Amino acid sequence: MSMTMTQKILAAHAGLDKVEAGQLILCELDRVLGNDITSPVAIREFNNIGVKNVYDKDKVTMVMDHFAPNKDIKAAVQCKMCRDFCNEKEVTHFYDVGRMGIEHALLPEKGLVVAGDVVIGADSHTCTYGALGAFSTGVGSTDMAAGMATGKAWFKVPSAIKFVLRGKLNKHISGKDVILHIIGKIGVDGALYKSMEFVGEGVKSLTIYDRLTICNMAIEAGAKNGIFEADEEALRYIAEHSTRKPVVYTADPDAEYDEVIEIDLSAIKSTVAFPHLPENTRTIDEVGDVVIDQVVIGSCTNGHYKDIEEAAMILKGKKVAKNVRAIIIPATQDIYLKAMENGLLKIFIEAGCVVSTPTCGPCLGGYMGILAAGERAVATTNRNFVGRMGDVTSEVYLASPAVAAASAIAGKIADPAKI
Amino acid sequence: MIFTGKVLKYGDNVDTDVIIPARYLNTIDKKELASHCMEDIDKDFVKKVQAGDIMVAGANFGCGSSREHAPIAIKESGISVVIAESFARIFYRNSINIGLAIVECPEAAKAIREGDEVEADLDRGIIFDKTTGESFNTKPFPEFIEKIINCGGLVEAIKQGEIK
Repeated sequence: MSMTMTQKILAAHAGLDKVEAGQLILCELDRVLGNDITSPVAIREFNNIGVKNVYDKDKVTMVMDHFAPNKDIKAAVQCKMCRDFCNEKEVTHFYDVGRMGIEHALLPEKGLVVAGDVVIGADSHTCTYGALGAFSTGVGSTDMAAGMATGKAWFKVPSAIKFVLRGKLNKHISGKDVILHIIGKIGVDGALYKSMEFVGEGVKSLTIYDRLTICNMAIEAGAKNGIFEADEEALRYIAEHSTRKPVVYTADPDAEYDEVIEIDLSAIKSTVAFPHLPENTRTIDEVGDVVIDQVVIGSCTNGHYKDIEEAAMILKGKKVAKNVRAIIIPATQDIYLKAMENGLLKIFIEAGCVVSTPTCGPCLGGYMGILAAGERAVATTNRNFVGRMGDVTSEVYLASPAVAAASAIAGKIADPAKI
Repeated sequence: MIFTGKVLKYGDNVDTDVIIPARYLNTIDKKELASHCMEDIDKDFVKKVQAGDIMVAGANFGCGSSREHAPIAIKESGISVVIAESFARIFYRNSINIGLAIVECPEAAKAIREGDEVEADLDRGIIFDKTTGESFNTKPFPEFIEKIINCGGLVEAIKQGEIK
């Protein structure tokens, strides 16, 4: 019986030689993650279960990133609830203001996920870590509570769609354009319940950050997980960030897929998802005149150093258009520090941008850049649902850091190649 | 489990951001969450909904954020069961885990109209539209999911030793 990458990782964590799509299995968890919004519900349910301690103090992880630094009194209460819980249970990996970052940028950076791991997180973008060859998936707070208590989670073994990548991305094109292109092609439920497995000779030309962005948005196609086979580049990244030993899983040559989709990376153009679904994509030459009020560059999708640097190189020596507020959010403290040391913060401030401490804030309409009625934003974030960044009549256009930076200068959605 | 109620109907890709907007996620109070349920897709929902009402929707219901606050808000608002063409996977899991009854039935979800009186018999797997007289068969739950449902959710299933 042949298996996909995902199926092999799940089988190994269920103590089984083989698994097949549709099978229900109980897996050991290498990490259980939550944030300041989902963890309070999980803590309530954990207390309901009635166990005294978390299953492993080093494997439970909480990151205060959504409404932190606390946006209001209620948010402060929620963060306090997480802080008190982690102190009481002696949780090793509790990341608070000053040491935190946006969770899905922070965990790889801290070396908390390596190839071959099974990770659940009470955050839908937990699927990000597939970039490192791990199985990781978003769950809810009750699953998080059960994970914290038992160290296990139930899964239905997914079938998979195989994406065979070839060629190389052109200048100004990045992982964001690849995943928007794919979601535009298969739709927001195109991979519902399935794995998205990325293979092919084109993979090696993608940076780890391109891969993190691609896997991050697998959920926007409805997928259970996105995953790249851990190659030399991934293993180098893991070795630089973690002392743990990665385990590399490769799909069997005759593994079965629901579908095989070929992607020519060299043919991908800058891509923008129009309101109000990530599948409403247009290439940059098809966008027309879309005047904007705000640009957000950051989030778990595109707040990596490479993203911030790409935006800075476009904004260098330029000015943000008069009627545009440009908000730059490096995803972690380390990224912020590196951006400062390398002069990127100066570039942003001189261009008329604001640079924020790491937070998910504006991406989900929490704070730090909420839109008024009828306003439009170009954002490097992951969702453009109705009301996602503010008023129900506001609009979010999803794009790459390069397109977002170019748009900030032009005051409308713009092609970075033409700035 | 047999639920009978009036239908509130929605379309495809109803995301968890419109079910419970993030601006209200600074609380875990169930009643407070329910008071903002569906606010960004149907601002009159909380005024219209009555205990026992049935929510019917299109494909990919509950897509987007993993926030469990979404099924919690729906359950607490009085909705007895959600019938959809399909569910996003995290929402599906969360609903089972917290004990919100959900049913995947494309035929029923397409045919049933806003305001219809519907009876959903989950034990027999039959949805009956009393207004039109049409009846639909639902897909049965896998055995282990049924076990969680019968325990009253995942936490109860763990407490009862069904999941170790």
